[in-house]
Amino acid sequence: MSMPTTAERPFTVDRSLLIRRLREVLPAQALLFEEEDLRPYDCDGLTAFRQLPLLVALPEDEVQVQAILRICHELRAPVVARGAATGLSGGATPHPDGVLVALAKLKKIIRVDPVSRTAVVQPGVRNLAVSEAAAPYGLYYAPDPSSQIACTIGGNVAENSGGVHCLKYGLTVHNVLRVRGLSIEGEIVEFGNAALDAPGYDLLALINGSEGLLALITEVTVKLTPKPELAQVVVASFADVRRAGDAVASIIAAGIIPAGLEMMDRRAILAVEPYANAGYDMDAEALLLCESDGTPEEVAEEIGRMTTVLEKSGAAGIRVSQNEAERLRFWAGRKAAFPAVGRLTPDYLCMDGTIPRKHLADMLEAIATLSGKYALRCANVFHAGDGNLHPLIMYDANQPGELERATAFGAEILELSIHFGGTITGEHGVGIEKIDLMAEQFTLAEIGAFHRLKAAFDEHGLLNPGKGVPTLARCREYTLARVGGEQNPTNPMNAPRR
Amino acid sequence: MDSLIDNWTARINDAAGRGGKLAIRGGGSKTFYGGREQGERLDVGAYRGIVAYEPTELVISARAGTPLVELNATLAEKGQWLAFEPPHFAPTATVGGMLASGLSGPRRQAVGAVRDFVLGAKLLNGLGEVLSFGGQVMKNVAGYDVSRLLAGSLGTLGVLLEVSLKVLPLPLAEKSLRFAIDEGTALQKLNQWGGRPLPISASAWHDGILMLRLSGAAAAVAAAERLLAGEGVDAAEAEAYWRSLREQTHAFFAGDAPLWRLSLPSVAPPQGFGATLIEWGGAQRWLRAGDARALRSAAAKAGGHATLFRGDDALKAAVGVFQPLPAPLAQIHRNLKHAFDPQGVFNPGRMYPDF
Repeated sequence: MSMPTTAERPFTVDRSLLIRRLREVLPAQALLFEEEDLRPYDCDGLTAFRQLPLLVALPEDEVQVQAILRICHELRAPVVARGAATGLSGGATPHPDGVLVALAKLKKIIRVDPVSRTAVVQPGVRNLAVSEAAAPYGLYYAPDPSSQIACTIGGNVAENSGGVHCLKYGLTVHNVLRVRGLSIEGEIVEFGNAALDAPGYDLLALINGSEGLLALITEVTVKLTPKPELAQVVVASFADVRRAGDAVASIIAAGIIPAGLEMMDRRAILAVEPYANAGYDMDAEALLLCESDGTPEEVAEEIGRMTTVLEKSGAAGIRVSQNEAERLRFWAGRKAAFPAVGRLTPDYLCMDGTIPRKHLADMLEAIATLSGKYALRCANVFHAGDGNLHPLIMYDANQPGELERATAFGAEILELSIHFGGTITGEHGVGIEKIDLMAEQFTLAEIGAFHRLKAAFDEHGLLNPGKGVPTLARCREYTLARVGGEQNPTNPMNAPRR
Repeated sequence: MDSLIDNWTARINDAAGRGGKLAIRGGGSKTFYGGREQGERLDVGAYRGIVAYEPTELVISARAGTPLVELNATLAEKGQWLAFEPPHFAPTATVGGMLASGLSGPRRQAVGAVRDFVLGAKLLNGLGEVLSFGGQVMKNVAGYDVSRLLAGSLGTLGVLLEVSLKVLPLPLAEKSLRFAIDEGTALQKLNQWGGRPLPISASAWHDGILMLRLSGAAAAVAAAERLLAGEGVDAAEAEAYWRSLREQTHAFFAGDAPLWRLSLPSVAPPQGFGATLIEWGGAQRWLRAGDARALRSAAAKAGGHATLFRGDDALKAAVGVFQPLPAPLAQIHRNLKHAFDPQGVFNPGRMYPDF
């Protein structure tokens, strides 16, 4: 992972002119340019990479955002949007020649409409705040990324965030009806509308997960979902990971779509249990959390079917939450996985590959081998229902070479994800973190198509440059380095692909 | 199969070189939808066959020419299906046409549309390049989500080659109910019920009758049936009814009068304009009469849009099939078209007259 090279920084921005122009349209406190003021904005959740922006703008409304964009467009200055900066792939890492537009002040919940089951919110509204505002009406906003206490809706749309309930309730793209934003020229654009579809191309689908490269979001209409009457979770422990992996496939094969289906390996369980006291089986090699929700009758029926399948799959222990407090306690362990691992190590890298479910066990075994190869510990938490993996590679940035080893370890996991027929990122985005690996997943023609698509929205490449899609030159360099690189016989990536 | 692609690539390059146009056709079941076909026919139905299907992965991948009936039959054998109930409109309907038209059936409001189930797609673009987007997994945010963009793109961005779709288990139980209520009351009830955790999988109101379908676990369907207290509908009759809406064989859709589709917020009040058939909990409303300008202005005012779903070529040419776009979006559309099909070879005028 590295920032754009000089060749990829074609911006010659006159800093003092930019400051002067922005001062004309922004209140004094809404523009930061002294180094000590910029420092807090130097990274997002990908803390391994820090970069000072040229300036930080803190607009208070859409009109100010529009004014900023018009000036940046005119002066050809890069623009990077930032919400709560919880993103894990560096999507909000500042650009050294650009303006970081922090949207934290756009945090109004404009409207919650219980009849149409929608909420209109500004991009800086926190994910959980939407559900809290909808709760009095028996409604909630379904996508629930782990960072939902802090992460904002604008960022959720930009990354097409998931969560632990997406197999049944979908990703952000399935739960957003309309995104209002501004093009880089400062023109107001609305993707989607108050109905279920909009005329023309499905630009709403395109804007979800576009990592701030196509437009700047100023307002979002989200769909609200009726809160199920009841939810219960089954915690099943397994004496080996393969059986747990197979149990996941068996649940789906039985025609069950769980509301949540999560898996943790031994190292994750050992990290989590002392931290969260969730009541997990400390002797288990793997643990599955399998949730059912709906009417009480429906849940009783489904929990019965789940339990039967888990028993047949060889679960060593099965526990069903008996009340809401216990259900939340069982989930608290899974939800605390990242901070719990954070206690065991000075630093960690969180991977985000997605693979077909049938390869879960193979992947876990491969990761164990890689853990030995790189001499780094790795705890695994999976959104098993969607095959989305979050291996947490532990390292110490103060030990020379460890970050490099961790990065190489992570890259091998993502290459394996592609090899197994999956993708390098399920929900965290490419950002700068995985930009080189895009060349592994896509052909030069496909990367070229992405660049042309980007240019359809942003001719001069000013929105979040250097993120998401690598330049063709960078792809070629990466491919050359790979071909000439070390041939590792344990890495199935070295077998022919496709 | 590769020789088919080679052949099409040659035709694309040839057309691009001389300013020619190609009209892509799979099974020809939805040719009526969108602007009039123009240019030389490019038949793509021969590129067919299911490429991969693993029920436990909840994913099926098929070549675009695969008949939709074949895909549905394959899924049914394993107790699965395409939950958005895509219409066929003719037995020849293909998977590619399903994606290109972007049309979904009665279950759309409950589960989502075609675009919500697309996981990946392969495309032959106007430069003759075979491009693959998305994949076979449930979550994938690498690169722009071009696969979903292709849903409803009416073949204007390229020739669809292959599609991967998320599939779901068939519902365990279903029950349809009937209520004799007027339009305003039906809309009110539908929105009220929509805010509660009820297993409603389809709804339709027409001519004083509201039909409701419940789907899910047997216990949940039974509980909702007791709560809603409608008149139970015989299973075979219900099946035929929902099929007649999906395939537009219901008497409402008969005749040559223009068919307008209004896509509105479900809470929009009754719009007038004469005979109406309402689906999707109020979000999709069909009309057989009305002035294009008045319909489009009413739809826009309500927060939605109006489509001339079926109509003769003269009317389509006069009023356009789809609601006109605001200038900045129209510009993005032209730019996107250019990004995938710089010479403007594919399906000119099928979506908007200017590309």
